[in-house]
Amino acid sequence: MGWKMWSLKKSPWVFHVNTGACNNCDIEIVNCLTPRYDVERLGIKLVGSPRHADALLVTGVGTCQAAKRLQEVYRQIPKPCVVFCIGACALGTGIFHKGYHVAGPVDEIIKEVDPNAIIAYVPGCPPKPEAMISGIVKALATI
Amino acid sequence: MTEGLWILFWIVVFPGFVFTLVVGLVASWVVRKVSALVQWRVGPPFMQPFYDVMKLLGKEVLIPQDGQTKVFIFAPLVGMSGVLLLSTMLCQISIARTTFVGDIIVAIYLMVLPSLALILGGSASASPHAQIGSAREMKLVMGYELALVLAFIVVIIKNGGQLSLAAIAQSTPVLSISGMLAFLVSILCIQAKLGFVPFDIAEAETELGSGVLMEYSGALLAVWKIMQAMMLVALPLFLVMVFLGGFDTAFWRPLLAGIGKYVLILVLLILIKNTNPRVRIDHAMKFFWVYCGITLVVAVILATIGRELSISWL
Repeated sequence: MGWKMWSLKKSPWVFHVNTGACNNCDIEIVNCLTPRYDVERLGIKLVGSPRHADALLVTGVGTCQAAKRLQEVYRQIPKPCVVFCIGACALGTGIFHKGYHVAGPVDEIIKEVDPNAIIAYVPGCPPKPEAMISGIVKALATI
Repeated sequence: MTEGLWILFWIVVFPGFVFTLVVGLVASWVVRKVSALVQWRVGPPFMQPFYDVMKLLGKEVLIPQDGQTKVFIFAPLVGMSGVLLLSTMLCQISIARTTFVGDIIVAIYLMVLPSLALILGGSASASPHAQIGSAREMKLVMGYELALVLAFIVVIIKNGGQLSLAAIAQSTPVLSISGMLAFLVSILCIQAKLGFVPFDIAEAETELGSGVLMEYSGALLAVWKIMQAMMLVALPLFLVMVFLGGFDTAFWRPLLAGIGKYVLILVLLILIKNTNPRVRIDHAMKFFWVYCGITLVVAVILATIGRELSISWL
């Protein structure tokens, strides 16, 4: 592991993309930034531009409309970067399985652009903030 | 030969790049930590700004296809060298008392350089968000620059037309009415220069997606972050020298007092940052031109009267 990966683990800046979620996961993501959970102590910061991001937090099923946009956002992120699929919908399309508007689970959409993408999964509907933090810590420990 | 090496050492290591960078990154940790404590959070670890810069240096640099590549790459370097020059000059004046007539004017010019670089970089990156950001930065510069120069004119009048920083740093104009007014206004101007919250209109993360810096990534973004960290050293230090009597590095007690003054200004800036919402650009212009302008005209008149009748508290 080089110094690049080491320092990336120490300060993962995240960019949040909603690909058709019901807003529940998004609320729980915002919850991570509040004083109770305070992810800034792990160096995690929510940034406004994909160019600054090191990790992509994706929520929602990945609708046909959102899939192309998600791929474009992924292309705009400077590599190395990690993709986090947050919630049951992003993991395996959840209750929208085989829906007419679903372009597939998020990991498949990302793998169309980059087959070697680093993808981590946080299940739950919505996942608790504790689950997200532990998911991020575990994912960073393995890469 | 040794003379040249010594100058190189001044610029690269001690009061120059390395020293300012380390102090600046520590200062930006202080900013984040105090903000976190104000919001009842734990806040980032001490080394966090170092990790951030290191990570950004290791990442891929993406350059927008439709942008002006050369301007896009050189803008952050120009901004950083401006701040580097300013901080080296200020530390040199504090430590070695090397001075020349009119260095306060040079310092005022060098302080505009980072904002100009931001405007250039934003407009070279071919992104509508960055364009709006640079337009706002331009208006903001026009707003606060007038107030800042007027505040320094108050100090120059109080010192009897002295234009050398080493001479100005001997007096404490803040202990008079006009000096106090000028000090308060210039703290707000420095807030706008640093891009801190009530005046972070150009960078507005929630509406513009970090505005002028939007298209920057990797090492170039690291240079911007380094520039902002170094500004956290140079600008409060400049205020300490102009208004609060400056540093004296000859003995340890005046040195500690100088560091105390610097930390005082830094904490004041952080508290203003954490207790105010972002203002709109027209509000900021009106604030600087009308309210700060009138305050400073009063301060200039008071300082002139005080000078003519030699009343030191006016």
